[in-house]
Amino acid sequence: MSEFFFGSAGFINFNFLPKYGMYFIQGVEYTLLLSVGSVLLAIVPALVLALMRLSKNRLVRGLSGAYIAVFRSTPLLVQLTIIYFGVFYFIKVPNIIIFGFVDLSRFIPGVVALALNSAAYVAEIIRAGILAVDFGQTEAARSLGLSPLQSMRLVVLPQAIKNILPALANEVITMVKESSICSTYGMMEIMWAAKTVSGTTYISVGPFVLAALIYFCINFPAGKAIEAIERRMRRGDRR
Amino acid sequence: METGAKLISVQNITKTFNKGAVVALKDCSIDIATGEVVAIIGPSGSGKSTLLRCLNLLDIPDSGRICFHDVDITGKKMNIDLHRRKMGMVFQHFNLFPHMTVQKNITLAPLKLGLKTKSEADAQALALLERIGLADKADEYPAMLSGGQKQRIAIIRALAMHPEVMLFDEPTSALDPEMVGEVLDLMYALAKDGMTMAVVTHEMGFAREVAHRVVFMDEGAIVEENEPRAFFTSPRQDRTQKFLAKVLRVM
Repeated sequence: MSEFFFGSAGFINFNFLPKYGMYFIQGVEYTLLLSVGSVLLAIVPALVLALMRLSKNRLVRGLSGAYIAVFRSTPLLVQLTIIYFGVFYFIKVPNIIIFGFVDLSRFIPGVVALALNSAAYVAEIIRAGILAVDFGQTEAARSLGLSPLQSMRLVVLPQAIKNILPALANEVITMVKESSICSTYGMMEIMWAAKTVSGTTYISVGPFVLAALIYFCINFPAGKAIEAIERRMRRGDRR
Repeated sequence: METGAKLISVQNITKTFNKGAVVALKDCSIDIATGEVVAIIGPSGSGKSTLLRCLNLLDIPDSGRICFHDVDITGKKMNIDLHRRKMGMVFQHFNLFPHMTVQKNITLAPLKLGLKTKSEADAQALALLERIGLADKADEYPAMLSGGQKQRIAIIRALAMHPEVMLFDEPTSALDPEMVGEVLDLMYALAKDGMTMAVVTHEMGFAREVAHRVVFMDEGAIVEENEPRAFFTSPRQDRTQKFLAKVLRVM
């Protein structure tokens, strides 16, 4: 029985912690940098994609639609691989280390790949947020003489943000999980820590159980917090 | 501009929705003179709102011309935003901006279009609010107001642009009955001040007492128009008679 828990394939064999715990602490930081960074990077391109998607011009609409379709219909690992080896073969990022362990030559391609992927999803979030604002708002703004862009910026987007922010926070949670794929190319996030520790110590399961625990402890409370904030914002609406 | 001169001229406009499946307007023509109050009435689905929304191109007609000051505003290269500044619009559902205070609602367009400085716009907003007795609501958000208050603020928000014509799209239809009066009173006052107005309405009292001309629409066409007394006492068309028989009975 104790073999089941504490053996080399034991579920709660955490004997590696004193020596390798640091990997996981750095891993958490790396994961948060990747996920928050990629979603933040994605916002502006996503806004552009969303506005293109809502354009009257069929070509403009089609371009944005194609981008979104491609990134939503192919696996992130495939996208990451193509961008990591393909795009960043031509763009050389110097080997600068920040925070003592984040190697930019790996981090930048990773965060860019995640951001490009995230942009497709965030674009849909923004588009839905904009469409949820009553069209009468646009009509009122336009009939006062405001231009389409002014109406969007001054009247529609400030109201859409209420719909967008919670979904955007959920996208960060998704990215916390999805960024585990970056371990494949040596980005030292949580999953990489687990893989590395497991390979070094021959403790095959424990490090991954710890990784799962860490992911859960980040995402579950964050998800609950977002729900609570959403509920409060809806209460504000009904006044 | 002198009273009585032609301000808006609608010439043979047609409008369809859903790629022609729904015909909203069939070959409609109407002129509106400066200082004139035109009431547009008719059964629901008759195209009266669409006609009104075509006047400032919220709906764009499929064919025909709309001239404002003798300029064809349906032209492809036309900057409609400049003309819309001169055409105030009031909606059935008010469409106040819920994320802005009453004051900001009123000052937004004059400020952002660079027509007024901040202090000018604020002073004007306050004067307009005082006129309708709601100066104390300047810093409230629309959600805190009653329907009648919202609609009166929507009206002065449009007035803040100094429009030459005001378009009203069923301005009292979404109001509780006890609030209809305060909105109509403001519209009476506007009409008395000589504002040019086009009003889509179910308020036959307003049409009879305030309008200079009543336009009756049915199935996308202008069926009959006349000055109110003659319109209500001796309608010429069969369809007008039937409609009036129905709506006047419930009054």
